[in-house]
Amino acid sequence: MAVRLEVEEIPGGIPAGKVAMWWFLASEIMMFGGLITCYIVFRLGGSGWAEASNHLSMTLAATNTLVLLTSSYTIVQAFVAAERGSAPALRRHLGLTILGGLIFLGIKAVEYTTEIRAGFTPDAGIFWSFYYTMTGLHALHVMGGLVVNGVVLLTAGTAIKHPHRVELAGLYWHFVDVVWIFLFPLLYLA
Amino acid sequence: MLNWLRWLPENVSTYGADVDALIALIWYTTVVWFVLTFGAIGLFLVLYRRRSGRPAAYVQGERLRQALWVLVPVAIVLVIDLWLDFRGAPVWAKVKLERPPAALSIQVTGKQFNWEVLYPGPDGKFGTPDDKLFLDELHVPVNRPVRVVLKSRDVIHSFFLPNFRLKQDMVPGREIEGWFQATRPGQFELPCAELCGFGHSGMKGYLYVHPEAEYDRWVKEQWS
Amino acid sequence: MTTATAEHVERGFWTTYVFSTDHKTIAKQYLTLGLFWTLVGGLLAGAMRWQLAWPDSAIPLMGEIGPEVYNMLVTMHGTIMVFFVAMPILLGAFGNFLIPLMIGARDMVFPRLNMLSVWTFALASLVMLASFFVPGGAASAGWTAYPPLSAKAAYTGVEWGLNLWILGLALEFASFLMGGVNYLTTVIALRAPGMTLTRVPLAVWQQLAAATLFLLSVGPLIGGAVMLLLDRTLGTGFYAPELGGDPLLWQHLFWFFGHPEVYVVLLPALGFVLEVLPVFSRKPIFGYRWIIGATVVAAALSFIVWAHHMFISGMDPRLAMPFSVTTILISVPFAWVVFAMIATLWRGSIRFDVPMLWALGFLTMFIIGGLTGIFNGSAPVDLYVSRTYFVVAHFHYTLFSAVVFGGLAGVYYWFPKMFGRMLSGPLGQLHFWLTLIFFNVTFFPMHHIGLAGMVRRIANPLQYDMLVPHQWLNVLATYGALCLLAAQLPFVINLLWSWRAGAPAPRNPWNAATLEWAAPSPPPHLNWGPSVPRVYRGAYEYSVPGEREDWLPQDLAPLARSR
Ligand code: HEA
Ligand code: HEA
Ligand code: CUA
Ligand SMILES: [Cu+2]
Repeated sequence: MAVRLEVEEIPGGIPAGKVAMWWFLASEIMMFGGLITCYIVFRLGGSGWAEASNHLSMTLAATNTLVLLTSSYTIVQAFVAAERGSAPALRRHLGLTILGGLIFLGIKAVEYTTEIRAGFTPDAGIFWSFYYTMTGLHALHVMGGLVVNGVVLLTAGTAIKHPHRVELAGLYWHFVDVVWIFLFPLLYLA
Repeated sequence: MLNWLRWLPENVSTYGADVDALIALIWYTTVVWFVLTFGAIGLFLVLYRRRSGRPAAYVQGERLRQALWVLVPVAIVLVIDLWLDFRGAPVWAKVKLERPPAALSIQVTGKQFNWEVLYPGPDGKFGTPDDKLFLDELHVPVNRPVRVVLKSRDVIHSFFLPNFRLKQDMVPGREIEGWFQATRPGQFELPCAELCGFGHSGMKGYLYVHPEAEYDRWVKEQWS
Repeated sequence: MTTATAEHVERGFWTTYVFSTDHKTIAKQYLTLGLFWTLVGGLLAGAMRWQLAWPDSAIPLMGEIGPEVYNMLVTMHGTIMVFFVAMPILLGAFGNFLIPLMIGARDMVFPRLNMLSVWTFALASLVMLASFFVPGGAASAGWTAYPPLSAKAAYTGVEWGLNLWILGLALEFASFLMGGVNYLTTVIALRAPGMTLTRVPLAVWQQLAAATLFLLSVGPLIGGAVMLLLDRTLGTGFYAPELGGDPLLWQHLFWFFGHPEVYVVLLPALGFVLEVLPVFSRKPIFGYRWIIGATVVAAALSFIVWAHHMFISGMDPRLAMPFSVTTILISVPFAWVVFAMIATLWRGSIRFDVPMLWALGFLTMFIIGGLTGIFNGSAPVDLYVSRTYFVVAHFHYTLFSAVVFGGLAGVYYWFPKMFGRMLSGPLGQLHFWLTLIFFNVTFFPMHHIGLAGMVRRIANPLQYDMLVPHQWLNVLATYGALCLLAAQLPFVINLLWSWRAGAPAPRNPWNAATLEWAAPSPPPHLNWGPSVPRVYRGAYEYSVPGEREDWLPQDLAPLARSR
C-alpha cells in the first residue's frame, strides 16, 4: 500500500518543524527564565556579588558576545543562501557560523581555566555556583547548536531543497544567542 | 466514624478552637456538596438507566440557557470559595501573623533527630551563661503566651503540636517565630512532621504545660 | 519535515515491534513499561502498608526492614507511581494511540522523534531500576526530595541512589518533552479534512492541555535539578544556607512544576472519562465548548497555586492567604467539569458496560479527592492537616482515581481497538467492584488517622502515644491494600487471556461516534486505507432526533445518511 505520510506543512503553510521548534523553545525559555529569576532574587537578597563578578574578564566576555552576534548574522546569510538555492554560499556561511560557535567555546574555556586557577571554583561561593551553572548550561546549548548546524552543513545538498531546515537551525541558534545576551549583563556587567 | 471532626485530638490552645471551627465549616460545606453530587449521580443512574423504547434526550448544553444548569451551581461554588477564604484569613493571621507580647520565649532547634530546647534563663536573654539546654522536652506555664524561635542545625524539620493545631517547618539558615498559649496543664506529644532522615520516624518530644505555681517551682529547681 | 515512507516500505520484526515508528506500537511499548512499573510501585506500597500495620515484623519476601528502607520505599513508590506509571500510561500510551486516530492522521508528525522519546523513557526506566541496586540503595528523601536532606549524602546515607534518581527523572522529562512537542505539533498539523479544532474530541484536548502544562512547568525544575546535582557532586551551595543558598528555593521550583504536574496526570484521565460518559449515556457531552474553557482556566490557574504546598514551609506567612485564594478558586473550573459530567448523565439512556463503571468510579472518587483538596487549600486548615495522612488520603483519592479509575476506563474502552479483541465483561466487572471497595477500605481511613495526627513518612506509628489507640485503622488500611493488590489479578488474567483468545472485536463495538472507531480493529499500519477520513460534524452526536441510528460517526457523509 503506497500511502505516504506527508507532513511537510500544516494547513497554514508553516512548516511543522517550526511549530515544534517554538514549543521546544518555550520550555527552554522557561528553564533559563527560571534560572535567571533565581539568580536575580538571590542577588537582590545577598551581598558581595559585585566583588565576585569583578573577577570575571569583561574583555573576553565582550569579545564572545560579539562573536556570537556575528554568528547569528552569518546563519541568517546561510538561510538566504539556502533560499537562493546556492549550496556553496550556504556551506560558507554555515561554516562561518560553526567557526563562531567554536571560537565562543574556546574563549569560554580560557575563562573557566583562568578563573579556576585563581581559585574561583563552582563551590567558591553562591555567585560562582550560579556563574558556572548558567554559563555551563548555555555552553551545552551552544554545543547542541553546533551539532545541528554541522548536520545541516553535511546535508547542505538536501538543505537547499528544504530551506526551512536551515531556518530551524537558525531559530535555535538565535535562541542560544539571546540567552547569552541576558547572561552577559547579568553576570559580567551588573 | 463518619464525622471526621470527632477524630481531631483534644484542642488545648487559645487559637485551636478557631482552626477547628474552620475545619468544621469546610467539613459541612463539602459534605453538602458530596451529598448533592453523589445524590444527583445516583438518581440519574437509576432514573435514566437504559430502557427499551426510551431514547436519550438530545441536549448539547452549548447554548447559554442550557449551560445555566451548570453555570448557576458553579457560581454558588465561587461564592462559597470566597466565603471560605474570607473566614480563613483571620484565623491564619491569628496563628501566624499576630505576635502577642510573650512572657516567655524558648528557642527550639531541630537536629537529626532531636529537639534542642534552649531557655534564656532568669535574665530572659539568649546567649548568656544562664541559658539552659533541654533535650526533647519543653516546659511552659498554662494560660500564658509562649514565643518559640524555631531553627535547624542540618535538614528541614517540622515543629508539630497536634493538640495546639500548630505546625511550622524549621529551615536551616532561618529563624522562624511561632507562638501558642495553652489552656490546660498536661503532657502533650511533639512529633517532627517533615521527613528528615532515617530517624524521622520517632523523632518526637513532649510539651509539659504546668499550672503557674508548679511551673515556678520547676524554674527554681532548674536555675538555682 | 519527516516523510516516513522510506522506513515503512518493508518492515521486518525489528522495525515492526522494537524500533518501530508506528504510534500504535509505541503506545503499546509505553503501556508495557507502565504496567511493569505499576507492579513495582504496587508491591513497594504493599511492603509499606505491611510495615505500617505490623511495624518491624518480617515482610513476606523482604524480611524485616528498618526506617532507612521504609523511607526508600515511600520515595520510590511516589516517584514511580507519578513519573513511571501515571505519565507513561496516561500520556505515553494513550496520547500516542489516540491522538492520530482521533484526529484522523496516519501517525504522529515526527515518528522518529516519537520512537526516540519512548526509548529515552526506557533508558530512564533502566536508570531508575539500577538505582535500587547501587550501594547505599535508592533515593530516600521523599519523592519531593527536599534539600538539604537530598543535597548531602551524609543526611540520608544515599550516595549514588539519589544521583541516579535525578538522572532518571531528567531522562524521563526529556522523553515527555519530546512527546509533548510531538503531540502539540501533530494536532496543529495533521488534523483530517473537516476536523476543525471545535470538532476535536475532548480526550485530545485534555492531552494537549496536559502536554502544554508539562512543557511550560518542567523547565525551572530541570534547572533546579541541575543545581541539586551540582550541590551533591561539585559542592556548590544553591540549597545550603551556610554557602549563601536557600533550601526553600528547591520547594518553589519543585512545586511550580509539581502542581501543574498533578494536572498533567489528571487531565488525560479526565479526557478518557469525557469520552466514555457520552457513549454509554447515548447523549452528547454536556457543554463541549464550556468544558474546553474550564480546562483552560484550570490549567492557567495551576501556575499560580504552587505555594499551597508551602504554607508552613517558612516562606513569608503573608503569602499564604493569596495562594490560598487562588488554590480554592481552582475548584470553580473543576466544579464546572464535574457538573457537566453529571449533566451528561441526566436524561441519558445509560448502559453499565465495564468502561462506564470505571468512568463513574473516577467521577465519584475524584469528587471526594477534590473536596478534601479544599481542606488543604485553606491555609489555616492546612496548618493542621499538612504533612499528615489526611493529605495522603487526598492525593490518593485524586491520583488513584485518575491513574487507576480513569486509566482503566481508557483500557477497557479502547482495548478492542488496540488489540482487536474484546475484554471479558464479567472479569472486568469483578475487577471494578473489588478495586472500588478495597480502594476505599485502604484510603478512606487515612482521612481519619490523619486528622487524629498521624504524620506522613513515618515507619512506625506505634512510636507515638496518640496513635496507638488508632492503630486498628492502619491495620484496616493494610488489609485493604493487600486485597487491592489481589484485586488486580482478574485484570491481569483478563488482559492476557483476551489478548490471545478474546472474542474478535468489531470495528465499533460501543457504537461510538469518534474517528478512531472508523478504523479497523486493530488499525493497520498508517491507520487509514488509501485516504484519510473526512469529518463532517462534532464528536458527540448521540441520539440525534430523526436519525435511524442513535449515533452519527464524525466521518459519516451527510448524503450517505438518508438511506
Ligand atoms: C491528580 C492529582 C491531584 C489533583 C487533581 C489535586 C487537586 C487539588 N489539590 Fe492536591 N495534591 C496532590 C494531587 C492532586 N491534587 C498530591 C500528589 C499532593 C501531595 C504532594 C506531596 O506533598 O507529596 C497534593 C497536595 C495538595 C496540597 C498540599 C497539602 C500539604 O502538603 O499540606 C493542597 C493544598 O492546597 C492541595 C490542594 C488541592 C486542590 C484545591 C485541588 C483541586 O484541584 C480540587 C478541585 C476539585 C474539586 C473541589 C471537586 C469538584 C468540585 C465540586 C464537587 C464542587 C463543590 C466544591 C466546593 C464548594 C469547594 N493538594
Ligand atoms: C498514581 C499514584 C499513586 C498510586 C496509584 C498509589 C497507590 C498506592 N499507594 Fe501511594 N503514594 C503516591 C502515589 C500513588 N500511590 C505518592 C506520590 C506518594 C507520596 C510519596 C512520598 O511521600 O514521597 C504516596 C505515598 C503513599 C503512602 C504514604 C507513605 C508515607 O507517607 O509514609 C502510602 C501509605 O499507605 C501509600 C499507599 C499506597 C497504596 C496501598 C497504593 C495501592 O493502591 C497500590 C496497589 C496497586 C495497585 C492497585 C495497582 C493499581 C494500578 C495502576 C496504578 C495502573 C493500572 C492502570 C492502568 C493499566 C491504566 N502511598
Ligand atoms: Cu525531624 Cu522529621
Ligand atoms: Cu498542588
